[in-house]
Amino acid sequence: MAIDTGDTAFILICTALVMLMTPGVGLFYGGLVRRKNFISMIALAFIAFSVVTIQWVLFGYSLAFGSDIGGLIGNLEFFALRGVGMGGEGIPDLLFMVFQLVFAGLTLAIVTSGVAERVKVGSFIVFGLLWTTLVYDPLAHWAWGGGWAAQLGALDFAGGTVVHISSGFAALALALVIGKRVGFGAYGMEPHNIPMTLLGGALLWFGWFGFNAGSALAANGLAANAFVVTNVSAAAGALAWLFAAWIRGKPSSVGMISGAIAGLVAITPAAGFVDAMSAIAIGAVAGIICYAALLFRVGRGLDESLDAWAVHGVGGVWGALATGIFAVAAVGGVDGLIYGNVSQFFIQMIDVAVVVVYAFVVTFVLAKIVDMTLGLRVSEEEEYVGLDISQHGESTQV
Amino acid sequence: MRMVVAIIRPEKFDDIKAGLEAKGIVGMTVTEVRGRGAQKGISLQFRGKSMPVDLIPKLKLEMVVKAADVDAVIQAIRDAGRTGKYGDGKIIVMPVEAIYKVRTDESESSGG
Repeated sequence: MAIDTGDTAFILICTALVMLMTPGVGLFYGGLVRRKNFISMIALAFIAFSVVTIQWVLFGYSLAFGSDIGGLIGNLEFFALRGVGMGGEGIPDLLFMVFQLVFAGLTLAIVTSGVAERVKVGSFIVFGLLWTTLVYDPLAHWAWGGGWAAQLGALDFAGGTVVHISSGFAALALALVIGKRVGFGAYGMEPHNIPMTLLGGALLWFGWFGFNAGSALAANGLAANAFVVTNVSAAAGALAWLFAAWIRGKPSSVGMISGAIAGLVAITPAAGFVDAMSAIAIGAVAGIICYAALLFRVGRGLDESLDAWAVHGVGGVWGALATGIFAVAAVGGVDGLIYGNVSQFFIQMIDVAVVVVYAFVVTFVLAKIVDMTLGLRVSEEEEYVGLDISQHGESTQV
Repeated sequence: MRMVVAIIRPEKFDDIKAGLEAKGIVGMTVTEVRGRGAQKGISLQFRGKSMPVDLIPKLKLEMVVKAADVDAVIQAIRDAGRTGKYGDGKIIVMPVEAIYKVRTDESESSGG
């Protein structure tokens, strides 16, 4: 098959949309922290994107999409983009490479939730390089590069396991290694700029159309289905969390946008396999269980500061399982549990269990190694002054 | 009447507010300010080079209270606002000449 210009044009635009999600995460998180760490949160997202970009073109893409080695990892045939050119099937190989790159960059940006307001920039760069190589690249290979999960028949359309379960459980492991922020639980740590968080959330929702529809890798009906279910699930998640928060007090806008993201996370693995009616159920349930996960996290006194675990981790687990429940052959060629295909649900369960354990354990070990060698955390005085000044020498205040 | 001006750590504000409320002091004006004391802010070390952070964010509370309440207010701020480290702030007490309520034509005497 030759290059299709329509498909190529569409995926070029989707790639740019997904890139916007990375600063979107930065703004979303930046609004949720205290003002003295605002620049730091946005900067960490850009740093994550930059580190992963260089890693990906050198060897990350090859580890994820090179020829399979034992179902676990790709080989180095595409090292330094050797053999990745302007030709390809449907879309140029280079375009597929960069579309996958923006996913990898976004994933590391989500992980910054676990270390918000207390991480050394230098240590985060080293950690990020190790993490994307040893956690993200294998997971991408398992799901999309011909690894064991793909061979088993696990469904992950746009990255429920690869992007969301991995980043969510990694953020939790990282938070446990780095420890709570000084004063966590004792001082108020209210969001300093909610409109900024809403803007970041809006950019995420917008970019997610590229994320999910683009994962069809063509401008076709499957892309249209992914686009529709993405929007429906986000809306259902937003309303579900909004109402849940309302019962406990006020319909908070931060809850609403968090619910939208929970819905977006949960539909991600399912976007190419379910219809719009199932997307309502998937999004609404995501809004409820991710909110419950947040309350559980707060109740346990865990400082996974910006809830990547509750929203991306738990939402990703639900989405991957929901794919096995709601998949319908008319959309993606595979039936799920409610259409009588029990085995697909079990395959999804195995995939989820392995990814949760792998992402959590490997991240924990990597974080410990970086902590014991370079130190993950800033000094107490630097934390007090805030990372904007202590890490970047910059301030949002005049 | 006395004006009590307190420069405090922002993260201690909720505790101080609750402590004052427990003593019946509710009215206050709060301003975000930046400043430094005798230590001239905080000096961070980066690979041997020092980087001074001159002005640290603080909150300024202003309260007009009866002279008899001043000691209780000072004690409440000290109890709730103290960490024992540099930067816990200062409390300043000033005499007040007169107070006029805008809503009504009332004025309160400056005595007492």
